[in-house]
Amino acid sequence: MAMPLGLGNSYYLNVLVFVGIHSLITIGLSLLMGYAGQISLGQAAFFGLGAYTSGILSTKFGVSPWLALLAAIFVTGGIAFLIGAPALKLKGHYLAMATLAFGYIVYIIFNQASSLTGGPSGFGQIPRFKLGNFLFKTDVHYYYLVWILVIIALLISLNITHSRVGRALRSIHAGELTANVMGVNTAKYKIQIFVLSAVYASVAGSLYAHFITFLNPSPFGFHFSIVLVTMVVVGGVASVWGAMIGAALLTILPEYLRAFQDYDILIYGSILLLIMVFLPKGLFVGIFDLVKKRKNR
Amino acid sequence: MGPILRIEKLEKSFGGVTAVDGIDFEVNPHQIKALIGPNGAGKTTIFNLISGIYPITSGTIRFKGQKINGLKSYVIAEKGVSRTFQNVQLFENMSVLENVMVGRHCRTRSGLFAAILNSKKTRAEEKRIREYSLEMLSFVGLEAKRDEVASSLVFQQQKLLEFARALATEPELILLDEPVAGLSVPETDEMVQLIYRIREIGITILLVEHDMGMVMEVSEEVVVLNSGQVIAEGTPRQVQNNEAVITAYLGKRETENASYTKS
Repeated sequence: MAMPLGLGNSYYLNVLVFVGIHSLITIGLSLLMGYAGQISLGQAAFFGLGAYTSGILSTKFGVSPWLALLAAIFVTGGIAFLIGAPALKLKGHYLAMATLAFGYIVYIIFNQASSLTGGPSGFGQIPRFKLGNFLFKTDVHYYYLVWILVIIALLISLNITHSRVGRALRSIHAGELTANVMGVNTAKYKIQIFVLSAVYASVAGSLYAHFITFLNPSPFGFHFSIVLVTMVVVGGVASVWGAMIGAALLTILPEYLRAFQDYDILIYGSILLLIMVFLPKGLFVGIFDLVKKRKNR
Repeated sequence: MGPILRIEKLEKSFGGVTAVDGIDFEVNPHQIKALIGPNGAGKTTIFNLISGIYPITSGTIRFKGQKINGLKSYVIAEKGVSRTFQNVQLFENMSVLENVMVGRHCRTRSGLFAAILNSKKTRAEEKRIREYSLEMLSFVGLEAKRDEVASSLVFQQQKLLEFARALATEPELILLDEPVAGLSVPETDEMVQLIYRIREIGITILLVEHDMGMVMEVSEEVVVLNSGQVIAEGTPRQVQNNEAVITAYLGKRETENASYTKS
């Protein structure tokens, strides 16, 4: 992670940029799922909203990519607030269905609003980030940019989890009604963390747009929302570190499994199944427990 | 000084079932008052209405003269009403200390941005939360368990932890829902002593309990409910000798029943 040059190979570097982009989303999602105990099956939509807002503003309206990233944060965060306010009154399966429906609607809009989004075939020539005269153009540049933002996101999340607000979120997860009676404004914290997780996804989307420089709807569909939830669960839902491990595993694994050609999905599924059977708390906590057991033997 | 809690014409129906049917009673400051009655009399429902868990159907609930019905639960907690639960409701996967610290939430301010920046001020507040919570833990005698997971405590300790958490909200009125249910005789005595100590620090207590020995010992006044209505109110002695109360608990005299079936 520290020295990408050591890897030498640009292909692996490209994968690591994606690990970073996915980590940004899953760190936010783990705050929502692991700490506040709320589910979102529409996280890919927030990722897409960030990407498309950034892409459209910079490509069609000449806005600088940095400003576009900021604007995307406000657009995505605003939409998350409007969706979250009613949706977060729902619990469990109903919240899952509501966020799933939201994700699907956004996906349809990406496909149908052709004049802005280019429809199913998308649009390209999205400008890259620039810092003064320095243009972020290689994978190495993006590797550093993405991972600096991941570290910032991680520090923010760790500060939250160790705070009064983090404790309030965990109390909501443990017993929402009790938390409320004990003086926690549960509705407020749920919406705050929902918006924050959407903002993380939006930043990831902007990075994606200005890295790949081409957008079409397919990476932002229902399938990717499920992959994101899987990353969080496999890594370990109760920890932001787990979210990163899950993002790394589920991003890198398919790349290695390509060697197995048609059997890759079968092996991929089996690995996930084995992890959930033998390490149900996820990789992060699970590996700790295994090490402890060894020592105690 | 007027009553700390005044309940007027309180009604609650769930669909067609009337659980609380026009109840009036008052709790005076620094009093220990009990709500008793057979199962299904509406005692816990009244607690849930006071703490804003259910909306009321009609009537008013006043705390220190101010209407609190219609307010959200967390606002009622901020005003100074806290409670414990009939079936212990802890944040099970959190530590003992963290459970109490959640109780401190409504007396502190640091929000999401303060948490993200983690400034000196925020850290100082966090320290105060911790210190106050530790004080509450030692008040109930659980300071040695501070780092254990709440669900690992034995039943009596879980009840004590609920008390500490409720006290951390700095309540003026505390609602205790069956504080000694499931406790042994010595544990009940300890709990009674704790209830007296809570009153001593200036907190008013309204409790629901089925253990009549305990109720008659600690309470200054008792309200007896049956089928959602108040059937008697007074000192423990007055209530124990009340005909309506005896009927509600034990049924009518055998002779009356017998003559009824004959006719």
